[in-house]
Amino acid sequence: MIAALLSLTLLGLALGLGLGYAAIRLKVEGNPLVDELEAMLPGSQCGQCGYPGCKGAAQALADGAAPVTLCPPGGRPLVEALAAKLGVEADLTGMADSGPQVAEVLEDLCIGCTKCYKVCPTDAILGAAKQIHAVFREACTACGKCVDVCPTEATRMVALPATLQTWYWARPEVVI
Amino acid sequence: MTPIAHSPHAHAPTSVSRIMVTVMLALTPATLFGFWLYGWPAINLWVVALSVALVSEAAALKIMGRPLRAGLLDGSGLLTAWLLTLSLPPWAPWWLAAVGALFAIVIGKQIFGGLGQNLFNPAMAARVMLLISFPLEMTAWTVPMPITSGAAPGFFEALGITFAGVAPADGISSATLLGQVKTDLGRGLGLDQVLAGIYDPAAFALGQRAGSLGETSAVLLLIGGLILIARRVITWHIPLAMLAGVALPALLAHLIAPGHYPGLAYHMLSGGLMLGAFFIATDPVSSPNSVSGQLVFGFACGVLTWIIRTWGGYPEGVAFAVLLLNAATPVIDRYFKPRIYGRDRKGVALIPAKESTK
Amino acid sequence: MKLFKLRGGVHPEGRKDLSAEPPIRVLPLPQRLYVPLQQHIGAPARHLVTVGEKVKKGQLLAAGQGAVSAPVHAPTSGRVVAIGDFPGPHPSGLPMPTLTIETDGEDVWDDLQAPADPFALTPAEVAARVAAAGIVGLGGAAFPAAVKLNLSRNSEVHTLIMNGGECEPYLTCDDRLMQERAPQIVEGIRLIAHATGAREILVGIEDNKPEALAAMITASTTAAAAGGAVKVIAVPAMYPMGSEKQMIQVLTGLEVPAGGRAADIGVLVHNVGTAYAVQQALRLGRPLISRIVTVSGGAITAPGNLEVLVGTLAADVVRACGGLRAEAARLVLGGPMMGTQLSSLEVPLVKGSGGVLALTGKEVEASSPGPCIRCSSCVRACPMGLLPLEMAARIRAGDPAGSVDWGLKDCIACGSCSYVCPSHIPLVHWFNHAKGDLAARERLKMKNEATKKLADERSERMARIVREREEAARLRAARKAAADAAKKATAEAAAAAAKQKLEEVTA
Repeated sequence: MIAALLSLTLLGLALGLGLGYAAIRLKVEGNPLVDELEAMLPGSQCGQCGYPGCKGAAQALADGAAPVTLCPPGGRPLVEALAAKLGVEADLTGMADSGPQVAEVLEDLCIGCTKCYKVCPTDAILGAAKQIHAVFREACTACGKCVDVCPTEATRMVALPATLQTWYWARPEVVI
Repeated sequence: MTPIAHSPHAHAPTSVSRIMVTVMLALTPATLFGFWLYGWPAINLWVVALSVALVSEAAALKIMGRPLRAGLLDGSGLLTAWLLTLSLPPWAPWWLAAVGALFAIVIGKQIFGGLGQNLFNPAMAARVMLLISFPLEMTAWTVPMPITSGAAPGFFEALGITFAGVAPADGISSATLLGQVKTDLGRGLGLDQVLAGIYDPAAFALGQRAGSLGETSAVLLLIGGLILIARRVITWHIPLAMLAGVALPALLAHLIAPGHYPGLAYHMLSGGLMLGAFFIATDPVSSPNSVSGQLVFGFACGVLTWIIRTWGGYPEGVAFAVLLLNAATPVIDRYFKPRIYGRDRKGVALIPAKESTK
Repeated sequence: MKLFKLRGGVHPEGRKDLSAEPPIRVLPLPQRLYVPLQQHIGAPARHLVTVGEKVKKGQLLAAGQGAVSAPVHAPTSGRVVAIGDFPGPHPSGLPMPTLTIETDGEDVWDDLQAPADPFALTPAEVAARVAAAGIVGLGGAAFPAAVKLNLSRNSEVHTLIMNGGECEPYLTCDDRLMQERAPQIVEGIRLIAHATGAREILVGIEDNKPEALAAMITASTTAAAAGGAVKVIAVPAMYPMGSEKQMIQVLTGLEVPAGGRAADIGVLVHNVGTAYAVQQALRLGRPLISRIVTVSGGAITAPGNLEVLVGTLAADVVRACGGLRAEAARLVLGGPMMGTQLSSLEVPLVKGSGGVLALTGKEVEASSPGPCIRCSSCVRACPMGLLPLEMAARIRAGDPAGSVDWGLKDCIACGSCSYVCPSHIPLVHWFNHAKGDLAARERLKMKNEATKKLADERSERMARIVREREEAARLRAARKAAADAAKKATAEAAAAAAKQKLEEVTA
């Protein structure tokens, strides 16, 4: 009886000390997760998630305050990557998967005010004052900032059109 | 514009229902023989099991909101019930078949997600459940009493046996060979004493013995199995490996101690080995995918069957062996994959061997 | 010669008898030809002609650009009437940049330049001529032939395999070509061997084409007297025998390493039709502007093989074969195992189009997919040793990356698994979907990295602008302060001086 009590007490003590020591010895300074998460985000600081820039979004993700579906420009692949990183189930139901999007400038409405050009976080809009602007599709993250600032509603988001280079077979229909 | 269909734009003349129907046809000789051998009660049992399977499958599909037509017409539920019936004592009461079929379809198959999703062979899962839950009814064997003979129960008498539990007249209940031998060996009798008078290999091969409804005729089951191989519904790998798995240890043990361990023919012809090797272990859903995996699976089924028969608590081990190996199938699938073209066994790309001259 | 075993494979109903008997006919000139600028794997060709320009047969219309590309030539004489998008022979149905040519019916050749003795050319010159003739692999993949020749020369190819497998059901274009033009093919083969330095030349022909085998053996025996040993070998008829990797395996026992090329193991494979095109280019100076097309299927009135100009509409070809005699459940470009469904016949045929099929419902045997019963028919059918059912299950569960671990990248999309699946699961469709999905993800990742860099650069620039502004403001302020100080100093000095003056005055 005594032996059992003693051995269990000792065992508990030893393990507790070990854990306590490990907590001090292996303490992690800061949270590397935030930096890693930030590296995964698009980095366009578009603010669509409602957090101050991608850094803020990464912090919110690390704190568990934001869902992994927070970033519309990142799309489905980002959601899956974040979910895998954070070890959570990705709930895609809240996410309208409209597929990849891209900004488009309607030439007959554009007045060349350069507002969109100035606000674009990735320099994807080409043009100068009093000239019609065009979108460089390869650089557009579809953050939507240009849509917000356009005074004539000449910019809008459209689905990225498929080309012979980007087209691929759609998911087969599943009956059961 | 209608969506473009992906290639191929041709298909082999095959379908799930065609496969199921072929298996049923292959089972027909052994089944008809069972009907003849055990008379009307056996037929009643078959009808009960298949009807219950159909109804319970329809109910399960309805609850799950799945299309009824496709789920019922593929024939897989009927085949499951059919296989279960063949492994039951032929004069068993109706509720045994009903409970078994219900369990096989609902618990054994639909709970897992329906066709193709079950981990265990549903028929064998049901058989083992019945054996553990109702040991008495599941071991109430009948001596063969061909339907054409005078002693066989008539249609109405058979209804009584199956549905009202009217006990068959005295003197016709019997033990199976495997059961008898196990009991007698347990009492310390020598093998030759035990086998004397109750074991006749020729009659056994044809099926003239006490046993489950459709397991007795090794020859007819073998013919059915060969039909399946010829029709390419199954390959030879699992059946042959399973038979070898029983044969090898049986031969060895018999060679070492012939007084204790029965020989090859005894093991090959008794119990449910033939049914198990050709119709149960080959169940595509619960067996491995690769050829090497199938060989391992079959052989392990066979060895385990022999071990259970020889040292286990039950006289017959086919159902247990198959279920255990069903559980091991995902592991077998993981470790026995075919080698990919252009890669070695570990999946690493081959290094081109520079041939200077040819 | 010892043959090696093909793993897996299937035996689809051949149906080659439909079109194998009648000799090759030349299709009458259609009124218009629609010549796509991309008929090959690689970069599209860049057009050199303008609308309204008159062109002659064989004239260069568009030049290849980049390392992997092929030029396009005028299939007949006429006038370019349009340059623009036209529906192409592609499953997406997306329009392709296409030159439309109105034929003038005269069919006048451009000046053709053929070398006096092609065998006197250096291997590099042969390859250059093959490239200039716009020759691509005619077995279906349409990979630029010259690129393969150059690659083989650089990696010391010792064995040249000519693929006369033609394992796709219905298709008989290679069969007829070998029967009717074997001497030219053999000369083409010898030219390819000359261009690569291959010492061993094997021609693999499925044993269900005895006439083609006999013709090729006769032609190669004649050629052997001239010095080039071409070994014609009958291989068992089985699908996918005509796949490059499988043909190599059966004839040599070697396997192309995963992720590698045939040249890595010293083998080059070309289709027999390509050999014919090479011979035409080097003997007669003719670029690749036509090919043999099989028109077949249960819904075609008079199936057969036609010699068709590149850019001819599928509809013209079908009309030439008597049109449709029954409703076609499916129109297919190519063979039934790997071909592309056409949504309409108003689509041009290109260099890689081996067949136009109009299949009846009975031939297609389409059925809606059911659940997988894990029967492993697909595992037994796969010539690559893959587990299609496991791959598809992962893709279906939303894990295409997981299916790569099970060999998705090794899949050759031959369709054997889909063909045998009793549950009619469109396995290859799943695989191609997953391959496209993974590629799209990769593109998105690269784009995200690029845009991130752009965003970083921009924020850096913005910060710099702010910094510079601040700097400028500070500078201005400092200058102002200095000026003020100076002003103050001068004022003070002036004041002091005035004061002093005053003092002096007052003194």
